[in-house]
Amino acid sequence: MEFDFADQQPKLLMLMYGLIAFVVVVGGLLLLLDLVPAWFARRREAQLVAASASGAPLPRRTKPREGLFALFFLLPTLLLLTIGLVVPAIRTTLLSLMDGSSTNWVGLRNYGWMFSDDSIVRVLINTLVWVLLVPLVATGFGLIYAVLVDKARFESVAKSLIFLPMAISFVGASIIWKFVYAYRGEGDQIGLLNQIVVTLGGEPKQWLLESPLNTLLLIVIMVWIQAGFAMVVLSAAIKAIPGDIVEAARLDGVSPWQMFWQITMPSIRPALIVVVVTLTIATLKVFDIVRTSTNGNYDTSVIASEMYNQAFRYGQNGQGSALAVFLFILVIPVVIYQIRNLRQQREG
Amino acid sequence: MTTATPTVAAGTQKTDGTPTTTAGRVRKRLNSRTATLVSVVIAVVWTIPTFGLLVSSLRPEDEIKTTGWWTAFTNPQFTFENYQQVLFGRSSSSGQLAGSFINSLAITIPSVLFPLAFACLAAYALAWINFRGRDWVYIAIFALQIVPLQMALVPLLKFFSTGVTLGGVTLMPAWDLVDEQKFAQVWFAHTCFALPFAVFLLHNFISQLPGDLMEAARVDGATHPKIFRTIVLPLITPALAAFGIFQFLWVWNDLLVALIFAGGGNETAPLTVRLAEMAGTRGNEWQRLTAGAFVSIVVPLIVFLSLQRFFVRGLLAGSVKG
Repeated sequence: MEFDFADQQPKLLMLMYGLIAFVVVVGGLLLLLDLVPAWFARRREAQLVAASASGAPLPRRTKPREGLFALFFLLPTLLLLTIGLVVPAIRTTLLSLMDGSSTNWVGLRNYGWMFSDDSIVRVLINTLVWVLLVPLVATGFGLIYAVLVDKARFESVAKSLIFLPMAISFVGASIIWKFVYAYRGEGDQIGLLNQIVVTLGGEPKQWLLESPLNTLLLIVIMVWIQAGFAMVVLSAAIKAIPGDIVEAARLDGVSPWQMFWQITMPSIRPALIVVVVTLTIATLKVFDIVRTSTNGNYDTSVIASEMYNQAFRYGQNGQGSALAVFLFILVIPVVIYQIRNLRQQREG
Repeated sequence: MTTATPTVAAGTQKTDGTPTTTAGRVRKRLNSRTATLVSVVIAVVWTIPTFGLLVSSLRPEDEIKTTGWWTAFTNPQFTFENYQQVLFGRSSSSGQLAGSFINSLAITIPSVLFPLAFACLAAYALAWINFRGRDWVYIAIFALQIVPLQMALVPLLKFFSTGVTLGGVTLMPAWDLVDEQKFAQVWFAHTCFALPFAVFLLHNFISQLPGDLMEAARVDGATHPKIFRTIVLPLITPALAAFGIFQFLWVWNDLLVALIFAGGGNETAPLTVRLAEMAGTRGNEWQRLTAGAFVSIVVPLIVFLSLQRFFVRGLLAGSVKG
């Protein structure tokens, strides 16, 4: 029942090493960047002096070493991206064509497994439900709220309330909502949802054990977190609509309903697309919520949590990698869509 | 919650044209009432769960486990015992979150600083240094944003545990890190995963600085490092803050990367990992879960509330400018 601070010292020491490493690496790089050009300048000066002393023609000025600078500036980023992202991604693709222990090539068998194993098909369906519902519902709530509180009293406070869940970790949010869904066999209910059900005369349920309802309840958590993001971006877009357009429409006697569909919606379309796309990608990768709430049991697993289970719990590197690659493949069309949209926007 | 949508639709649809009659004016007021009501309902639904958690975390154990938190208003009993237990308790079942809290800090601080510095340098080079293939490098880094980090997990873990050998030659030995040294792995992983977005976001800001300024500095004989340090850095502090907050929230709240590269041991597991574990194994110990969840929430909440301005700006720059 006591806490020993001495136990924590190695960690703080390690943190200090990390900070020292940071200062050395970044400081060293900046110093190097200062020294190298100075050194070149001095060498050129010496060359000039030598040339003028011997009466030889002055050496031609070499081209400024822009490329060299760029290399130094970019070096850490390129190095880390290669080691930490590019090479691993290629290796994961290769691993997905090998068996669980990564020793034998098995061709596309892992992908075949993905679409034939009933539990994995279930995972894919769940992911599809997530991807269809979360962006739509979260954007819907964000948009409604942004429109409703626009120019209202207490606007910034009202927005902060919805926005706050964005600061909360998915793990924390899952615990918050697990408590809402909590169930007790006898006596008073401690979960808000069951209490509401009981008050309305229903029977309390173990919400998270009932498929497919549990997937929907987990989706609620994601919507709760992400609606704030949608609201902030859309609210900014709404505020960016030129005032004279709104004013002109109002003078024409447009109803709020028409105003929304004919002025607001077309004006914020680009922002709307960005929000939906961003949420779609985030939803595809959702992991923490499922892992914390149900650990992927009771038919709630999605691709990212199944990938973790296969690769890091069951030691099935091949199958885990195949799931990761599939996730990547799913993201690509979404991104292509966004890039095409952006290009149209710039041209139009 | 889902009933909110039709209410708005029905409410706004009624008013057609400017209200000229008394009835019309009444209808308009009702309409704005509906709007207020709907927004209040949404705000309440969004706030209640967190509020319930906060109230519960302050109630005694047997109260939490037998009665709903809403009864605390008619029968107020509050205590800090749960926090005491969950932070400093000695038994392994209590959570020992004070240690995890320090782990979270130790993981987060360098994981924010490294990508910030590296991305800043890279973004400057991509925006203001002329070299061949610049656009291609930028496009490549930009494109890496879409690679899900799941694609990198297995090989990167192998990279740490077995090192790199190419054709029998050891290019890099295994890191063989134990206990708190594993923080280095997490820093490394977070830095790599953060860089594409960081470069993209900072490039957006840096490339918009006025070109005349750079030109004038060049004419005065300033070199790129000098321009970077004395002109660019001070000007992009808001962008640095925006990305810093982003990355801070991301790393502090991350579960996946920590789970894989830090592991679940007392020496390294951050709050998220420990809480997820508690939610799994001790899912009914609500007195600990509620207090623990609040401990993990409080730091990002403070950071977020005090620096929201920068965060929103970064959010908009990152998502809207594209």
